[in-house]
Amino acid sequence: MGGKILLSSSSSIDFMIHGLISYKIFGQEVWITTSHVCILIVMLVLIGFSFVVKHKMKAATDVPDGFQNVAELIVEFLDGVVRGAMGDNAPKLVNYISTIFLFILMSNISGLFGLRPPTADYGTTLALGLITFFMIHITQFRYQKPKQIWVDMCSPLPPWLPIWFPINLISEVAVPISLSLRLFANVLSGTVMMALVYGLLSKIAIIWPAALHVYFDLFSGAIQTYVFCMLTMTYVNQQMATE
Amino acid sequence: MNITGQDLILACSAIGAGLAVIAGIGPGIGQGIAAGYAASAVGRNPGAKGDIMSTMLLGQAVAETTGLYGLLVAMLLLFVKPLAG
Repeated sequence: MGGKILLSSSSSIDFMIHGLISYKIFGQEVWITTSHVCILIVMLVLIGFSFVVKHKMKAATDVPDGFQNVAELIVEFLDGVVRGAMGDNAPKLVNYISTIFLFILMSNISGLFGLRPPTADYGTTLALGLITFFMIHITQFRYQKPKQIWVDMCSPLPPWLPIWFPINLISEVAVPISLSLRLFANVLSGTVMMALVYGLLSKIAIIWPAALHVYFDLFSGAIQTYVFCMLTMTYVNQQMATE
Repeated sequence: MNITGQDLILACSAIGAGLAVIAGIGPGIGQGIAAGYAASAVGRNPGAKGDIMSTMLLGQAVAETTGLYGLLVAMLLLFVKPLAG
């Protein structure tokens, strides 16, 4: 058992993560997997896109045309989403939220282009969830006094009776776990369904799987991206709003 | 035909996986209720359709989490086989 079994694949149905190169670090065997490669591809596409946008925007015109239209549409949409969820606090988080929005969206729909979605690896989504977790608590300590935080953590009971404290602590720790598992399980279920369709029904899987791709990759991926960003913004905004 | 302990564990894992995805009932009912109330809200106030849609999708995605936990348990039992030695 252990790490090996996760890296192995079973017969013709193939949706597992494959190890490509292994190396030893501090006596520990570490694998470079297909997830790393897919993340790298997604990142390169996004970086290339942003360089093209930057180059085009130097010669921006008053009346947008073609490519400039697309770029402005994306930026305006993301601005609107963040402003709708955070109100006046939007400028503090709009850059981060836009970045992870584009990254998660590209990761989720990369299944369309034959990659294994990087977000179908728990390592990726746990990292995203932990970033949100630390963001929530750093914001909490910056915007609230320690006494207020203690009162909040003992919340249904008075602060001199911290019986409820452990339960509140667990519910705080559950935030990154449920955030990351939600994204991971949704993308993984789509990946597994598509692998089952192509693996078991390979004889008759001609054109109709395209409809499944639209649902599992595009629709589900976009919804989960939106939900992840929305929840991150809601949690962080909650900590900023409490005075 | 001999049934070894290993076979028994695999068979029980498959049954357990099937039982685990029954967790999908809860989110199904919950999402249906959310969609129903969203539909009645749109009926009462068609102007707020965009806000209602985004709130509904957010709530449904959060409600979906428990069902996904069941799905994860089923997948672990079927593909990772943590109980088979």
